[in-house]
Amino acid sequence: MHHNNNAALVKRELLIALISAMLDDRLETDIDRIPYEMTSAPDYEPIRCCVQHDRQILKTRLLARLGFSVEDYSDDGTPLAVYAKQALERTGVTGPILTVLDDACNACVKARYLVTNACQGCLARPCMMNCPKKAVRVVDGRAVIDTDLCVSCGICMRECPYHAIIEVPVPCERACPVGAVSKDEQGKERIDYSKCVFCGSCMRECPFGAMMDKSQIIDVLREKKQGKKIAVLFAPAVAGQFRASLGQLFSALGEAGFDAVFEVALGADITAEKEAAEFLERMEAGEPFMTTSCCPAYVETVRKHIPTLAKRVSHTATPMHYTAELAAEECPDHLRVFIGPCLAKRKEGLDDPLVDYVLSVEELGALFVALGIDVSGMEDAPMQRNASASGRGFALAGGVAGAVMAQLPSDSVCTPVLVDGLTSTTIKMLSRWADGAAEGNLVEVMACTGGCIAGPSVIANPKVAAAQLRKGC
Amino acid sequence: MKNAISKKRPYGLFKEIDMNKQIEVIICSGTACYVMGGSELLLLEENLPESWRDRVTISGSPCLGFCRDRQHGKAPFVSVNGTTVPRATIPVILELIGELLEAHDASQ
Repeated sequence: MHHNNNAALVKRELLIALISAMLDDRLETDIDRIPYEMTSAPDYEPIRCCVQHDRQILKTRLLARLGFSVEDYSDDGTPLAVYAKQALERTGVTGPILTVLDDACNACVKARYLVTNACQGCLARPCMMNCPKKAVRVVDGRAVIDTDLCVSCGICMRECPYHAIIEVPVPCERACPVGAVSKDEQGKERIDYSKCVFCGSCMRECPFGAMMDKSQIIDVLREKKQGKKIAVLFAPAVAGQFRASLGQLFSALGEAGFDAVFEVALGADITAEKEAAEFLERMEAGEPFMTTSCCPAYVETVRKHIPTLAKRVSHTATPMHYTAELAAEECPDHLRVFIGPCLAKRKEGLDDPLVDYVLSVEELGALFVALGIDVSGMEDAPMQRNASASGRGFALAGGVAGAVMAQLPSDSVCTPVLVDGLTSTTIKMLSRWADGAAEGNLVEVMACTGGCIAGPSVIANPKVAAAQLRKGC
Repeated sequence: MKNAISKKRPYGLFKEIDMNKQIEVIICSGTACYVMGGSELLLLEENLPESWRDRVTISGSPCLGFCRDRQHGKAPFVSVNGTTVPRATIPVILELIGELLEAHDASQ
């Protein structure tokens, strides 16, 4: 679910400061000041124990914005400038695409069960009597859970006749649809990459902003400064992220220094056409259904968790890939940078040799702000070529199946069904469909509820973004 | 810089003024405000109590220029009857509208 979330705003503030410094060639000299500048207002209220602790955490957050993993980082006094220099000298980016800020996890709940004031300290003491780990004691007439012994089984909560024990969820663990996030022996959250599908739910839901993506913005700006030409490929969802027309967005991207601009909706049109042809072939061959394949978090989910469904997933490549082919053909000497609201596209970009870098909408927005570009005030440039309305609609749940259907002959039998959001429940449902039939014969799966406009790194409220996007369709 | 701000200033102010409308809310929809969560504010209309609707006009505007001067505070910005509200949220704006309407009623 989308939140107007302060942790996301802190991340964007850091990005704006970082990009501004990079653009003015003062990254190495100024980066160490950023945590101070962000916390020096007279009315600044520390989030943690004190302003020093906040600055320490901001310092670690900046490392992720520079593109580093921070799990093994401990501050030994090395200034950020040293890391900035490393980022400016590296060539290319590597996975994993996520990293966890342990210091932020420290503030999160330890045990998942908590005894509230409703505890009557009763004689029966079912919580204590039934705890398999002897983690519950009664102190001063009230039950207390020893967090070192508790294994979060939940028996005490179910046994309490007063409903005095509550479950306190760990937000990142609860958000993960595939059980890839859990605490290690030290109580730090760790991501199991043999399970992770890169949906970005943990990143969106963690109230401490501990689940972080690793930025590639420094790499893109570095390439630009080194004189490389850059073709930017923006996802259909990006069109809804600013209160501006597509023409204004094109102008803004040009103004920001990108040498060629491609809307990925062009690739979406190719995907829809090929997927429609594939659908007809599969139906003729007697297959019960076909699913779409443009959502990389869904494709990863099938690969890691529902392998039996793989045979039903369309083999058609994604709009990003087809647009990258187009850009490679038309601007062969340009680097190709995809911009979208999606975390899983970062992984897809690492795996696709045609895509050099992937930026998030947050990074694009921060770049515009750092450059003083107001997209809504840009010239509404005429579009050189237009993608179709249905290609542009790929970012809205139901839009992909709609686009495929629009390509089918009118006498085809097509019953579309939408799986709007990957949760443990919808994943179970998909597993059941794998070896039989689905509720329809064309299944669109979107990892994010509502479609890409509700992706983990959007800046606009999905409802507002959907309205804006429809204007361009 | 100040000129630049006034040039881009609200179309809203030049619109014909409806005498029944006592509150004018202009939501900055410039990129700096959007990046700091300003798009949420465009849902203000649907959060407005029914009885206020004919007394309040709400419009979005390209960048109002407040982000260029730190003195104004932090984005996102909303202008309510000419008063700049930094770090605007829907609850903050609703409270301010309520106060202004109350003051208006008291003065009648």
